[in-house]
Amino acid sequence: MAVFEKPHALIDVPLHYCPGCTHGIVHRLVAEVIDELGIEGKTIGIAPVGCSVMAYNYFNCDMIEAAHGRAPAVATGVKRADPENHIVFTYQGDGDLASIGMAETVHAAARNENITVIFINNAIYGMTGGQMAPTSLVGQVTQTSPYGRDPKACGYPIKVCEMLSELVGPEYLERVTVNNVKNVRNAKKAIKKAFQNQIDGKGFSLVEVVSSCPTNWGMTPKQALEWIESDMLPYYPLGVYKDRSAEQKEAE
Amino acid sequence: MADKILMKGNEAIAAAAIKAGCMHYFGYPITPQTEIAAYMAKVMPKIGGTFLQAESEIAAINMVYGVASAGKRVMTSSSSPGVSLKGEGISYLAGSDLPALVVNVQRGGPGLGGIQPSQSDYFQSTRGGGHGDYHMIVLAPASVQEMAELTVKGFELADKYRVTSMVLADGTMGQMMEPVSIDDLKVNPAPEKPWATTGTQMAREHNIVNSLSLVPEELEQLNFERYDRYKVIEENETMYEEYKVDDADIVIAAFGIAARVSKNAVDEARKLGIKVGLIRPITLWPFPKAPFKKAAEHAKAFISVELNMGQMIEDVQLAIESKCPVTLCNRAGGMIPDPEQVLNSIKEVNGGIA
Amino acid sequence: MSAKNMLFSGFGGQGILFAGKFIAYKGLIEDKQVSWLPSYGPEMRGGTASCSVIVSDTPVGSPIVSNPDILVAMNLPSLDRFESKVVPGGMIFADSTLIERKVERDDVKVFYIPATKMASDEKLGNLANMIIVGKLLKETGDYTEDGIRAALDKVIPAKRANMKDVNFKAIQMGAEFEG
Repeated sequence: MAVFEKPHALIDVPLHYCPGCTHGIVHRLVAEVIDELGIEGKTIGIAPVGCSVMAYNYFNCDMIEAAHGRAPAVATGVKRADPENHIVFTYQGDGDLASIGMAETVHAAARNENITVIFINNAIYGMTGGQMAPTSLVGQVTQTSPYGRDPKACGYPIKVCEMLSELVGPEYLERVTVNNVKNVRNAKKAIKKAFQNQIDGKGFSLVEVVSSCPTNWGMTPKQALEWIESDMLPYYPLGVYKDRSAEQKEAE
Repeated sequence: MADKILMKGNEAIAAAAIKAGCMHYFGYPITPQTEIAAYMAKVMPKIGGTFLQAESEIAAINMVYGVASAGKRVMTSSSSPGVSLKGEGISYLAGSDLPALVVNVQRGGPGLGGIQPSQSDYFQSTRGGGHGDYHMIVLAPASVQEMAELTVKGFELADKYRVTSMVLADGTMGQMMEPVSIDDLKVNPAPEKPWATTGTQMAREHNIVNSLSLVPEELEQLNFERYDRYKVIEENETMYEEYKVDDADIVIAAFGIAARVSKNAVDEARKLGIKVGLIRPITLWPFPKAPFKKAAEHAKAFISVELNMGQMIEDVQLAIESKCPVTLCNRAGGMIPDPEQVLNSIKEVNGGIA
Repeated sequence: MSAKNMLFSGFGGQGILFAGKFIAYKGLIEDKQVSWLPSYGPEMRGGTASCSVIVSDTPVGSPIVSNPDILVAMNLPSLDRFESKVVPGGMIFADSTLIERKVERDDVKVFYIPATKMASDEKLGNLANMIIVGKLLKETGDYTEDGIRAALDKVIPAKRANMKDVNFKAIQMGAEFEG
């Protein structure tokens, strides 16, 4: 019988994340996948600017801290420095990936850059204290949308997987969430596939994880997980948005 | 000795970079430096290197950051507006102590400006360009051969001190052809980089490349250490050329294309019996203070010849501790002073001190 | 003369930059100090093109030729723009097929070569530039067959080697032209 252990790829230190934040779950899933694939020694992770800025202190593999939004560009450099021997992943939030770093995201996907992107979508800027994100829902109250997000003034939340799925480039795009045990298991499967794709040389693989931010949403952890189900998922439906290899197989 | 060939300055930079072992280039098209990208696009795929046209200058400098993190020689190039965009990345390179080479083939500004030669990014380059306390080593070539040599030097210094080197050229230097020998360039291979993020191979603690430090006492210490390193650079790596300075009453300060124009003017003025010389800084940072200070012991006046509204002149004034007047002889916005203008400035200054 | 400061000018497509590059390479082969500096930017695309070429016994200072010893003008706007800049005693080589007017100055030596017509008569395509180069080399005393052949080897890529003889023929025609 397997005994519950901390993954080797996760360093045994206290995380700085707020109680109930799902970053911890996703960190663990990524670390478990790195362990299971046996790739820790050749993996280089890129941390973003945002709540997970200090992810470099948590993962046991080599880590790089990138400028805000630039992780896919930095990952491109690291990957191309030694494509045969480097496994490269970025770990980015919604502000980092879908606002300031949108160009880097789109172009890395368009190039089918052989990297893995873990995208945490919690519909808010956490680290700076709860401002409106490119993925904040219509009507969502934040520090910079105090009367609720008004589409007339600031448009509509961006559906990253749907948008990128229009590109010919990327290999694999899936949206998952971690609000219950079943969904956590699915999330892990997707993350593992996103790394396996890179090992197999298939190209750009992005997993969007719909996540919670109880602190800045002003909810208890449990309420936050429920809000994912009731408010986030109707706008951000779970599922595979692109899987080139599977589509090709089906076509054959 | 290998045959000399005629090459554009931009091409010489690209060829020299490859000779220096740079196998990764990231760029974005902008006049007047695009020949560098074109050369790389042609050659890199044939030698197993990387040429990538990035989606922006911002992306390009961050790709450089990635390769530099992985411990390999890497470069990007651009012209003034594009280098402004790279400013963020250059600051991060400095904050993470990563070696890299950035080339700026300057054009007239500010804003979109023009495309003709300029030296108006002197402040931007020598003071860092991005946010925070840091310096780049700034190398200013004045010939196509120097474009090649200083490119190699730039990589070597970057690796030696874990800093970013910048080759600061201008549209003239980039576009002109002169004889150059790439095969004869001497290259020191890159040193070991145990700090690089190349994967732990499960054989060491993980490496972290990072510029974030939230404890001010620690961040201060990092700044102190970085500036200790800069001090060593100032002591050991300053480069300049002197021309007829020993007996000069008037000393011209000029770099790059301005130095070549000034040299003609010095020769003409000497024919008229005016004792004038030239100090050409080759490193703009660190600025060669010593030869200026020494020249100020006998010179009565200095002239700073620049393709801008007067930027290096401040460093000249500081170097000579304002012991004598410094006159600006300049053109801006993509215009280049001709030898006659410099000669007139020499005559005017000479009249003032006679 | 210890240095020849030359300005080649015309419109895009006339091979102005190529002609300058050829002269620079010929200088390099003959152990001279040389520089070549083109005008660049939007004016290259269909507008005027020019390049500064310096061939010198001593190191080249400024590569910018504002007052040429030798001006090659292959269209009227170029002659209009640069005629007054030529140093007294200098030389002007003008393509008289495309430039109808005469040079106004009387303190320079002028050579009118109907180069564009000659090239077209002899089916030399767009080698009017090299016809003028031939005349220039002849009049400056730099016509050396070996140097010309060696320079052509440098400026014409191997895969277009068949162009070398045609270029040489154009240069020869220019040198033999008495106008």
